[in-house]
Amino acid sequence: MKKELICIRCPIGCRLSAEWKGDFEELNISGNRCPRGAEYAKQELRDPRRIVTAVVPCNSVLQPCIPVRTDRELPKHLIDRLLNILYRSRVEIPVRKGDIFIENFENSNANVIFSSTITR
Amino acid sequence: MIQEETFDVTVIGAGAAGLAAAAVTAAAGKTTIVIDREDRPGGILRQCIHNGFGLRYFKEELTGPEYAEQAAEKAEKAGANLRLGATVLDMKKEPDGTLLLLVLSPGDGVRKIRSLAVILAMGCRERNRGNLAIPGSRPAGVFTAGAAQKLLNMEGILPGKKAVIVGSGDIGLIMARRLRWSGIKVEAVVEIMPYPAGLTRNIVQCLNDFGIPLYLEHSVVNILGRERVEGVEVAPLKDGIPQTERKFHIDCDTVLFSVGLIPENELSSSVGVALNPSTGGPLVDSGYETGVPGIFAAGNVLHVHDLVDFVSEEAEHAAQMVIRRLNGETAPGGTFPVKVESNLKYVVPNRCRNGQDTRFAFRSLIVTNDAELEAEQNGKIIWKRHYNYIRPAEMIIVDLKAEQLKEEGELTFRLKKGEKI
Repeated sequence: MKKELICIRCPIGCRLSAEWKGDFEELNISGNRCPRGAEYAKQELRDPRRIVTAVVPCNSVLQPCIPVRTDRELPKHLIDRLLNILYRSRVEIPVRKGDIFIENFENSNANVIFSSTITR
Repeated sequence: MIQEETFDVTVIGAGAAGLAAAAVTAAAGKTTIVIDREDRPGGILRQCIHNGFGLRYFKEELTGPEYAEQAAEKAEKAGANLRLGATVLDMKKEPDGTLLLLVLSPGDGVRKIRSLAVILAMGCRERNRGNLAIPGSRPAGVFTAGAAQKLLNMEGILPGKKAVIVGSGDIGLIMARRLRWSGIKVEAVVEIMPYPAGLTRNIVQCLNDFGIPLYLEHSVVNILGRERVEGVEVAPLKDGIPQTERKFHIDCDTVLFSVGLIPENELSSSVGVALNPSTGGPLVDSGYETGVPGIFAAGNVLHVHDLVDFVSEEAEHAAQMVIRRLNGETAPGGTFPVKVESNLKYVVPNRCRNGQDTRFAFRSLIVTNDAELEAEQNGKIIWKRHYNYIRPAEMIIVDLKAEQLKEEGELTFRLKKGEKI
């Protein structure tokens, strides 16, 4: 099998080429200018993940919603499920930046945390 | 009588640049006030809820609101005063050399703020439909990408149901993903240039991840609809001219423009600060001082940056220079001009001084993976560096040491394209 990828680990955006046999055996990555490119390709082929950011409605007098993020990359197939839950939630303030909103979402090891402090 | 306050340094704008500058001047013992019209510090960062900020400046990957909060904490800890919800109405240079601002805020009414130095840190604003002269009617549903970002991320309001994004700048790409993650369809991103304006990784994670088509060398030639946008007409370009016989229709109720940023300098101009037509920002010397002594500039008000980390760094650097000026260690102006030619759009600063460490920032006009940037002075090449990766979307930064800038004489930078593509 063969697949072309573009690395997203830094702004350069190396064009990677991955070749493998069967279930990602003898996986060979080329085109990367640094080791992070190979790491990215291996992860992206087997189990693509992304940081997810969104806003959740809250009861602050200052702003109608509060920004949240996952504290690590979430498997791509879980993203829509997480967003659905977030958009149906409501946050009670006060909250502090870094506080956990949802712990270990679907056993992904990723928590959803607040990106902003809102106290009133 | 209008109440008057006095500070060593007044910073206008509490975004990334203003907060970083204020943290440095306050930490050096200079009384510092930061004025911002918003009720919370952070500027545009607060609506940029996506990650990717801070790797360089804070050594960790942050979202915009996190970066804003950390920058504000840093400034306040250093002792800077934040005056929020306050608008600068007027700025003038007094006969004694001090700078007098007229500031309006709900809490204090109108006040005078006098200082020895002003740091301009007002950032930039978006180019809009008017700047592009796109034909068509004037229905609801046309936004700049940043305005739609504010609606979605700050107000929690969906701008529409089906969108087309004009321009492939990073804000537009980020918004494409944001719209999709908010349940809004994104039908296309339309870019007039043959290459995307934004970073490749944003093409991958904001467009390719969602199968959003990117039309390069295409232009929106018409916006349709009376009350609300009903669609756009898109045509391919040939030598920059729309091929209207090949135009096609895209159904949508929302059009976002991500077509570039302009430094916000109405206030600067009103006090006589001369602007550089290539950047839209003030002409400055290597001390970040504008043509009006005592007025300095840093961040997007000076030239539009692609990374906020560089904004913070530049503002810190400018603040160091402000401190040195206030301490009488440097003089305004420069001893020789700095120019750019061949393939470079601009350079900051525009004048510099020999025997002084200087940071130069450039933007390229060309896309290349093989180029040499060189500096010529008095007929000699005094510095050069090879680059494997040059894009107009990415700023080039060069730090030259005092010993590399020994002589006086006009300094010219040029970018020479190599053999490789």
